[in-house]
Amino acid sequence: MRHIISILIENESGALSRVAGLFSARGYNIESLTVAPTEDPSLSRMTLVTRGSDDIIEQITKQLNKLIDVVKLIDLADSVHIERELMMVKVKTNEQTREEIRGMADIFRGKIIDVTPTTYVVEMTGPSSKLDAFIAAIDGDSIIEVVRSGPTGISRGEKGLHL
Amino acid sequence: MELNGAQIVIQSLKDEGVEYIFGYPGGAVLHLYDAIFQQDDVKHILVRHEQGATHAADGYARATGKPGVVLVTSGPGATNAVTGIATAYMDSIPMVIISGQVPSPVIGSDAFQEVDMVGITRPCVKHNFLVKDVTKLAETMKKAFYVATTGRPGPVVVDVPKDITDPSIKVPYKYPKKVTIRSYNPAVTGHKGQIKKAVDLLLTAQKPIIYSGGGVVLGEASKELIEFTHTLGFPITNTLMGLGAYPATDKQFVGMLGMHGTYEANMAMHESDVIIAIGARFDDRVTGKLDQFCPHAQIIHIDVDPASISKTVKVAIPIVGEVKPVLEQMLEMIRESKKKPSKKALENWWNQIEQWRSVKCLEYDRESRLIKPQYVIEQLYEVTKGDAYITSDVGQHQMWAAQYYPFDKPRRWINSGGLGTMGFGLPAAIGVKLAFPDSEVACVTGDASIQMCIQELSTALQYKTPIKIINLNNSYMGMVRQWQEFSYESRYSHSYMDTIPEFVKLAEAYGHVGMRIDKPEEVRPALEEAFAMKDRTVFLDILTDRTENVYPMIESGKGHHDMTLRVASGTSTDRELA
Ligand SMILES: Cc1cc2nc3c(=O)[nH]c(=O)nc-3n(C[C@H](O)[C@H](O)[C@H](O)COP(=O)(O)OP(=O)(O)OC[C@H]3O[C@@H](n4cnc5c(N)ncnc54)[C@H](O)[C@@H]3O)c2cc1C
Ligand SMILES: Cc1ncc(C[n+]2csc(CCOP(=O)(O)OP(=O)(O)O)c2C)c(N)n1
Ligand SMILES: [Mg+2]
Repeated sequence: MRHIISILIENESGALSRVAGLFSARGYNIESLTVAPTEDPSLSRMTLVTRGSDDIIEQITKQLNKLIDVVKLIDLADSVHIERELMMVKVKTNEQTREEIRGMADIFRGKIIDVTPTTYVVEMTGPSSKLDAFIAAIDGDSIIEVVRSGPTGISRGEKGLHL
Repeated sequence: MELNGAQIVIQSLKDEGVEYIFGYPGGAVLHLYDAIFQQDDVKHILVRHEQGATHAADGYARATGKPGVVLVTSGPGATNAVTGIATAYMDSIPMVIISGQVPSPVIGSDAFQEVDMVGITRPCVKHNFLVKDVTKLAETMKKAFYVATTGRPGPVVVDVPKDITDPSIKVPYKYPKKVTIRSYNPAVTGHKGQIKKAVDLLLTAQKPIIYSGGGVVLGEASKELIEFTHTLGFPITNTLMGLGAYPATDKQFVGMLGMHGTYEANMAMHESDVIIAIGARFDDRVTGKLDQFCPHAQIIHIDVDPASISKTVKVAIPIVGEVKPVLEQMLEMIRESKKKPSKKALENWWNQIEQWRSVKCLEYDRESRLIKPQYVIEQLYEVTKGDAYITSDVGQHQMWAAQYYPFDKPRRWINSGGLGTMGFGLPAAIGVKLAFPDSEVACVTGDASIQMCIQELSTALQYKTPIKIINLNNSYMGMVRQWQEFSYESRYSHSYMDTIPEFVKLAEAYGHVGMRIDKPEEVRPALEEAFAMKDRTVFLDILTDRTENVYPMIESGKGHHDMTLRVASGTSTDRELA
């Protein structure tokens, strides 16, 4: 099953490589990884998407917790949560396709954030599955470039990942 | 007090109560060596290869329970230390390794003797630090010792760039009494509810067994384990790393388990209905084929590292905590409980175990004209009255030492189990002897292993650490040869060296005593003679039966109940080899 693991980690050089190294050394699958500082400058928040059986996910969370730099983590799959990913897609356009792409972007609540005579850049956020659906909906030949942030997530309600 | 970085490192070691550092100098650590020169409290042991430094510090740590300390230079000094760091890591041994690094401003520029030590060691340390600020140096040292010695112990590397130890930069020094790391809070006591469940299960067991490991040694819980085992009256088996934590000469001890464990230990594991694993990590050498592992048993597992629990084998009742307090908690509950272990069930169970014992799986040919390695170990046991520190290398000789030298005390059996590092034995013995100069220390080794760190014979002379080297010389990488015999139709590919040094001359060249023994009747007198030379290191080159194999054995892919026993007990396995 797919799991989104959210990690609070010391904002120190080398911390990221400890997490990445753990995954490669132990042969765990890593689908995406995002990391950025938090409101507390000494901490970074990392969101990691992985896949595995319950046993493997249990080992992954235990091994992550064992890293000295990892302060706290939650598996978002254990609770109701919201997942968002940011995507920017650069597409080739011409007179005929402009209207169609704009329409499609509207349906998916995307925004066109850059326009040149021959291209659009569409920005879109949402659960990863929605972004996948948008890609599938537009003509693949028109895509010049796709940039995705990888998912991040947050749990609903008062529960949260903090110190 | 104002100190420079080099002095801070050394002063921190003093404040930690460090007796010895094992090291080797070089450019990046010259300031540190100068600081060492100007004091006498921390004694430096100059090894002959950085691998030797790590193993010697490791041996010291295993024998004393105190952290071993290593100092190496950057680049090749650091990489030479990696094998020893990984060795300590796999067996959870507390060590602090200080490595020199090129000056901070040139890090990343492929400077002379630069390697990314933090990167290289990341997968084989408990934690590592690159020191970036001399004002944080003392605190970093404290953290290193704290992390290395608490929770599940392990090696910690402190990588110190040369500019950090600059003698001209002095900063106020105060060694912190205590540090806390917000992200590191290892468990100590166990969860009461879990312990209660475990006690209930133990007291209803019909065919229980205690399976204990290195965690009992590391957690200094031998006394509690003995009391626990005696109170319950259960059979107990130890892993290779746990030997000595429970007295091997006690009647409740059924021997080591696993690949080269005893028939009775493995059969009892296989047939058991309740297993309590105490500070053991279900290593594949122990479990054999996983889907055949202990099919009838409910398992309780005590371990300080949650990641050790249910890693390979799912357990019914996990207890995260240190063995010592958890066993104390359990004992208290057992004493208070009205339930008692079923006498009848235990009697039946012990009868069954005695039947397995009567197979006498460790019998060997005592009539052989050749020196049997097992016989040498038995004689070593007698001559040292079972009270020596025994280090070993890796191979058949290691297994024979484990099988035929019954250890009654923890920390007496010192070997590389998890990584299986050839070359460990000799430097480790030096570390042990430094810690316990008045005790007998012997290194059981093989003709191949001993050559991997043979240069440390020179260290042994310089620091007057008289040890006895028992070289079970079969002119083979015996363990490799055995696997080739069993699994590759005796195609002995490169498990033999055409040239093996004359060890007697070699020992003499290094300033020690060498003895060559090639008849069974010479073994005992030679050992006695060697151990009588209290102040000399003696190298006993003992020519053993070249074709002897380690029995019993669980061959790969088999379960505990499917052991290969010696063909017929008492017969020789001698075969002519091409
Ligand atoms: C040639 C060769 C053959 C081998 N054959 C065998 C064999 O037949 N049988 C065998 O048993 N081994 C054998 N081994 C060794 C094997 O590879 C493992 O090293 C060994 O089985 C591991 O022992 P252990 O389970 O006691 O774990 P250790 O490696 O000693 O680990 C200790 C465990 O205890 C935990 N722990 C540490 N401190 C505490 C504490 N204070 N409180 C609670 N828990 C703690 C740790 O987290 C860890 O899980 C062999 C090795 C070699 C090289
Ligand atoms: C550094 C290292 N290289 C290779 C091995 C693989 N290996 C395990 S046992 C062994 C042979 C050991 O031979 P020897 O020291 O003569 O011991 P014996 O088995 O003959 O008693 C080898 C090569 C190892 N464990 N460590
Ligand atoms: Mg050999």
